[in-house]
Amino acid sequence: MFATLREFTRSVHQTRVEAVPRYPEWNPAVLYTFPKMRTPMTDGARFQPASDQSLLVYFGQQITLDANQRVRKLLRLLELEPVAGIRNLHPAYCSLLVNFDALKSSHSELETILRGYLDRLEAVRLPEQQKREIPACYGGEFGPDLNEVAALHGMTPAQAIELHASVTYVVYFLGFVPGFAYLGELPEALATPRLATPRRRAPSGSVGIAGNQTGVYPFAMPGGWRLIGRTPIAMFRPDRNNMSFLSIGDRVRFTPISSARFAALENA
Amino acid sequence: MSIIHVKTPGLLTTVQDLGREGFGPIGVSPSGAADPISLRLGNRLVANAESAAGLEMTLLGGTFLFLEGAILALTGSDFGATLDGASIDLWKSVHVQPGGTLRLGATRSGARCYLCVQGGIVVTPFLGSGSTQILTGLGGFEGRSLRKGDVLHIGSATRSFRKKTISPQVLKYLSPHKVLRVTPGPQMDWFSESSRRAFYAGTYRVSEQSNRMGLRLKGTRVSQSAGGGMITEGISLGAVQVPPGGLPIILFVDQPTTGGYPKIANVISADLHRVGQLRPGDEIQFEQVTLEIARSLLIEQEKLLASAGLILE
Repeated sequence: MFATLREFTRSVHQTRVEAVPRYPEWNPAVLYTFPKMRTPMTDGARFQPASDQSLLVYFGQQITLDANQRVRKLLRLLELEPVAGIRNLHPAYCSLLVNFDALKSSHSELETILRGYLDRLEAVRLPEQQKREIPACYGGEFGPDLNEVAALHGMTPAQAIELHASVTYVVYFLGFVPGFAYLGELPEALATPRLATPRRRAPSGSVGIAGNQTGVYPFAMPGGWRLIGRTPIAMFRPDRNNMSFLSIGDRVRFTPISSARFAALENA
Repeated sequence: MSIIHVKTPGLLTTVQDLGREGFGPIGVSPSGAADPISLRLGNRLVANAESAAGLEMTLLGGTFLFLEGAILALTGSDFGATLDGASIDLWKSVHVQPGGTLRLGATRSGARCYLCVQGGIVVTPFLGSGSTQILTGLGGFEGRSLRKGDVLHIGSATRSFRKKTISPQVLKYLSPHKVLRVTPGPQMDWFSESSRRAFYAGTYRVSEQSNRMGLRLKGTRVSQSAGGGMITEGISLGAVQVPPGGLPIILFVDQPTTGGYPKIANVISADLHRVGQLRPGDEIQFEQVTLEIARSLLIEQEKLLASAGLILE
């Protein structure tokens, strides 16, 4: 997966360089230059307007813990020292989308401020990573895709469960819907593409896998991830102090439970 | 506190204000009125703060009984409103006598009509906003669209009724427009030159499968020159993403906060209110502008909305 991403990144950069002069409608005013090399932490950080009121900061084009740590550090710093005019932040694997008020700031003004923040990333201390455990009942009605996933990888369902529960995952970020944690990295031997046709409804608490990611649906909703189990834990509750069960940077393990245990926890 | 009895809910009626911004880090999208300008103006007509919660009706409006009376305004699209059988105008403050019944029908223009009431619709705020997000059942009135028999609370009305209307200049500015202006999306150069040409030259039709999360478009397919391999990243409001099938989707107020499809363009902020008035079947075209132009159009829009002559008394 990483090898293909790397190859892919290369091809994107080639396309980028060639595509610009070929496109007559391209306006040079909106073309952003690549940043100059600075400190090791800003090395590779790239700014890209996403809309007239948002700016993407990329830390490379690969999913790595190092890039994700920079995302978390920049997010942390912006939460500790908010910038006037910034309205929202969307962290992801190796990027941070910064939404801002265009009446108060411009892309270039914001980029200058953010570069100052990037220079200080080394010194940012991230909150201690919490260890979280997610009990999950695998297979059967709770994990309708488990057998197929196991068969695709030439293993038994029990082996697939064991493998999924054998790893400590990192919460790279919360996104998509409230409380949805993107967990990585799924063991290579379990990495499976999304369903060709997404389900109309994945029940709340469904444990899914997609590519080399895994995650839990906090709400009943349509989805293309392959469902291998379900947790009775509420991943997002607006009446709880920490609405989201998981926070960015948490360390997560899944614990296989029986359907009887599932029912007991669900009613607890 | 007075109340509104929902006699019929309409097709999809939800409580919306100007949304909740700032909760991207836990995956919560802003939600809020799909056409925020109409909500803001409606609130001003009834002497509310611009951000007060009102009702957003979609394509077909409801019937509402005001037992204690109310001061209200309807804005956005024309749903053929009547008050106790007599038609009433959009964009005007209206005094409803106790026992008055407001009835709305099917749209005669765009997708959404807003009902603003002096005092605002009172709901328990979720993350600082009364806006409803249907998919997750969060916010608004019980996290859902209204049903027959619901009883809504109105905040206390302290200002006396005054006849107010919106200046014709502003209404002209808000009139429907086929062209949506966009700035380049972050993955614009993943698309071939011919695809980009086709995207800007083509006419797209809004699909039936459109909602507050996104507007699916039918028309010219756009293909990527560098296919696949996109890493999930944050999505900005109004992003035009292109899934593998090649038919663009405009991501809207209830959108996912992150996603893994490349984005060819992004609707400019000054045109987002127009997206909120697009109905299934409406035709649109995209026109590219620079970030500088987009920004100046937004500044111009806010100047107009802040102008002294906006509300006529």
